[in-house]
Amino acid sequence: MRTLALSDEILMQVEKPARYIGNEVNAVMKDKEAVKVRFAMCFPDVYEIGMSHLGIQIIYDMLNSFEDVWCERVYSPWVDLDEIMRREHIPLFALESQDAVKNFDFLGITIQYEMCYTNILQVLDLAGIPLLAADRSDEDPIVIGGGPCTYNPEPICDFFDLFYIGEAETQYRNLLDLYKECRENGESRKDFLRKAAHIPGMYVPSLYEVSYQEDGTIAEMKPLYPDVPAKILKEMVTEVSDTYYPEKPVVPFIKVTQDRVVLEIQRGCIRGCRFCQAGQLYRPVRERSLEFLKRYAIAMLSSTGHEEISLSSLSSSDYSRLPELIDFLIEECNKRKINISLPSLRIDAFSLDVMNKVQDVKKSSLTFAPEAGSQRLRDVINKGLTEEVILQGAKLAFEGGWTRVKLYFMLGLPFETEEDIRGIAELCNKIAATFYDTVPKEKRTGKVQIVASTSFFIPKPFTPFQWAPQCRKEEFLDKAYLTRKSITEQLNQKSIKYNWHEADVSVLEGILARGDRRLNQVILKAYEMGCFYDAWSEFYKNDVWMQAFEDCGIDPDFYTVRERKDDEIFPWDFLDCGVSREFLLREWNRAKEEIVTPNCRMQCQGCGAARFGTGVCFEKRG
Amino acid sequence: MKVRIKFSKEGPVRFIGHLDVMRYFQKAIRRADIDIAYSTGFSPHQIMSFASPLSVGHTSEGEYFDVELNSLTCTEDLVDRLNAVMVDGIRILKAAVLDEKEGNAMASVAAASYLVSFSDKLILPDDWKDRLLAFFGRESIPVIKKTKKGEKEMNLKEGIYELEIRGESVYMLLDAGSGSNIKPGFVLETFFKGMNTALPEFPFRVHRLETYKKKDDGSLVPLIA
Repeated sequence: MRTLALSDEILMQVEKPARYIGNEVNAVMKDKEAVKVRFAMCFPDVYEIGMSHLGIQIIYDMLNSFEDVWCERVYSPWVDLDEIMRREHIPLFALESQDAVKNFDFLGITIQYEMCYTNILQVLDLAGIPLLAADRSDEDPIVIGGGPCTYNPEPICDFFDLFYIGEAETQYRNLLDLYKECRENGESRKDFLRKAAHIPGMYVPSLYEVSYQEDGTIAEMKPLYPDVPAKILKEMVTEVSDTYYPEKPVVPFIKVTQDRVVLEIQRGCIRGCRFCQAGQLYRPVRERSLEFLKRYAIAMLSSTGHEEISLSSLSSSDYSRLPELIDFLIEECNKRKINISLPSLRIDAFSLDVMNKVQDVKKSSLTFAPEAGSQRLRDVINKGLTEEVILQGAKLAFEGGWTRVKLYFMLGLPFETEEDIRGIAELCNKIAATFYDTVPKEKRTGKVQIVASTSFFIPKPFTPFQWAPQCRKEEFLDKAYLTRKSITEQLNQKSIKYNWHEADVSVLEGILARGDRRLNQVILKAYEMGCFYDAWSEFYKNDVWMQAFEDCGIDPDFYTVRERKDDEIFPWDFLDCGVSREFLLREWNRAKEEIVTPNCRMQCQGCGAARFGTGVCFEKRG
Repeated sequence: MKVRIKFSKEGPVRFIGHLDVMRYFQKAIRRADIDIAYSTGFSPHQIMSFASPLSVGHTSEGEYFDVELNSLTCTEDLVDRLNAVMVDGIRILKAAVLDEKEGNAMASVAAASYLVSFSDKLILPDDWKDRLLAFFGRESIPVIKKTKKGEKEMNLKEGIYELEIRGESVYMLLDAGSGSNIKPGFVLETFFKGMNTALPEFPFRVHRLETYKKKDDGSLVPLIA
């Protein structure tokens, strides 16, 4: 029997001890003497969040399919255990072997959102690994980052030895082989990192230097040595139906956020919404084959025993074989009494019909994401959803018996006017009116419920809005109040409920998203002053963060409220996500002119992603 | 048909709570492709009933649950198939087809036996064994028991059927009926408090040995006799 890193007494004291014991169904155990590389894969948030992440499951499965590698999992200890581990000097451990992370060869950290940056420091700190890469010795693990936030890694570059830019499936084998070779030759950490920089997609921040202009913007970022590449192209899987995917995902004991089989049907999105980072980063769209998906669906259901399967993609309705896939799943799942969950479907006759088939009579709510209240602003953001389509979808849904509608909007989008904000309330009102026009009195079972939620818009790197200014906190809140006020002025206001997001944290997220190397010290300072679990509103300390900026002499406004010049050098410009800067700038200008750009299936926009030689770029159009 | 399954829970999985153990078995039954019956209605669920919840941190070799099956090859095959999909620490020990008139597992539970050992942090008085036997020998042990409705006075002795010293551990057979369940920790806390022995935070390690039902003649037999 394995021995646990934590004593019984500690496990009995903490909330949900099952977070820390490992041993779940399909967790991989190996003989540590028989492997050459120990890899700790970390999601820097609590277990239930981290265990719900598909990317880690894919990487875990892939690395463990290598005979010479043992990949284990690490998550952020919750605040209760964090305190005990610091007090009793217990080093952070990996779940499978329960061995200290400090003795591993690699610590991989997936970076999914900016608000986990301080948790990265928590993980390093608890592990006993120096927080700054520059302070690490040959005895410390190589700390490597991956995930969407690495498309601007600069604000956290001091904490990482290495970043992997792009999809993990392609280069890990080469990286690990290089590591083994360097170790056998007795080469140092520095030697390894220098050589790793030659592998496609690898960014070693210590091998670059940045100089700034007087106005604070970047003058130049350049490699320190001629052999280190000046530009790094993202890694990407070209054959998504012939690659790693877990047949046996780990099944947690405790309920986690995503407690189901997840079938990733495609990568990328054809839509090109101008605010959306994922829509640019994962271009071009690559669909997995029907055969691949059928095989994995059955294998994963059998190996996990989960009672639900969910399709995952940025826009499932755009998957070209969706009707066949859904027919197959309905048949298999009915046999096995498995639920099917279908997020990110556009509401139309087809999807309503599907939802009727897969959901029970207790109709759940329907979700629309118009993102903006007026057609004008929806054209600005290139959200190809018209009021007519929304109302038609709502009408069909109401006829089908649905009575609850959720609507998602953003406030603070570029070129937004008060008119656009009032449009949110008006659209909600029209949907409510559609209900009363569609469903005759005698068939109504109570009121229609419309829930409108707004988040605050945050410009992200590698989007057409990367040049846009972000609102101040006060502006955000004014917009939320105006939304609320406009809703109360509507005829059907009693059928409409309104929620909005907190403004403080959106401002900080915006700072970190488009930040540069100078923010490393601020994040470190904030962590030292007690910030972590910033993504959890109950632990988020805005005043401490603002103090950290002040102490470091850094003006947060520099990163948010400024409109960037067309030719400004951005901190992330040394990366190439496949989409060209010229394309993004063209889209930024089209946004100003309120011109909609057709999606990839309608017409190629020459974004640059065709260079990968795969996916939608090579499909026949028309 | 109704089948009763006996399992053990040892090692790190002792930190998995009762509700999660139930979820674990629902998934395990799917993995093992057991032909379980589902309830009818809008959201069908597996027909399954657990005998007696085990506290987080306790281990056991006498846990039970009942399932309703549509078909069964034989109980040995059922045991083998489930064991093929178990995690370390949970083993299926046996399975038996139940008589139609047999009550469900939870309602049947009358008693449970335990082996309790002590944490190193508990400083035991030299004569604890003699004094524990004397404690058990008393005719009446009045205690205040906290219930959902408040506190009630009761005679603890009525719920302690057997008590023996086994090496450095204590064996107990206790009432486990619904409403009259006695926790082994409560018995020992009462004893040590009576001796004014200071108790550390987690003084006992509890291992359940067996769960019993009552036969018509009043005698106790394991849930799978």
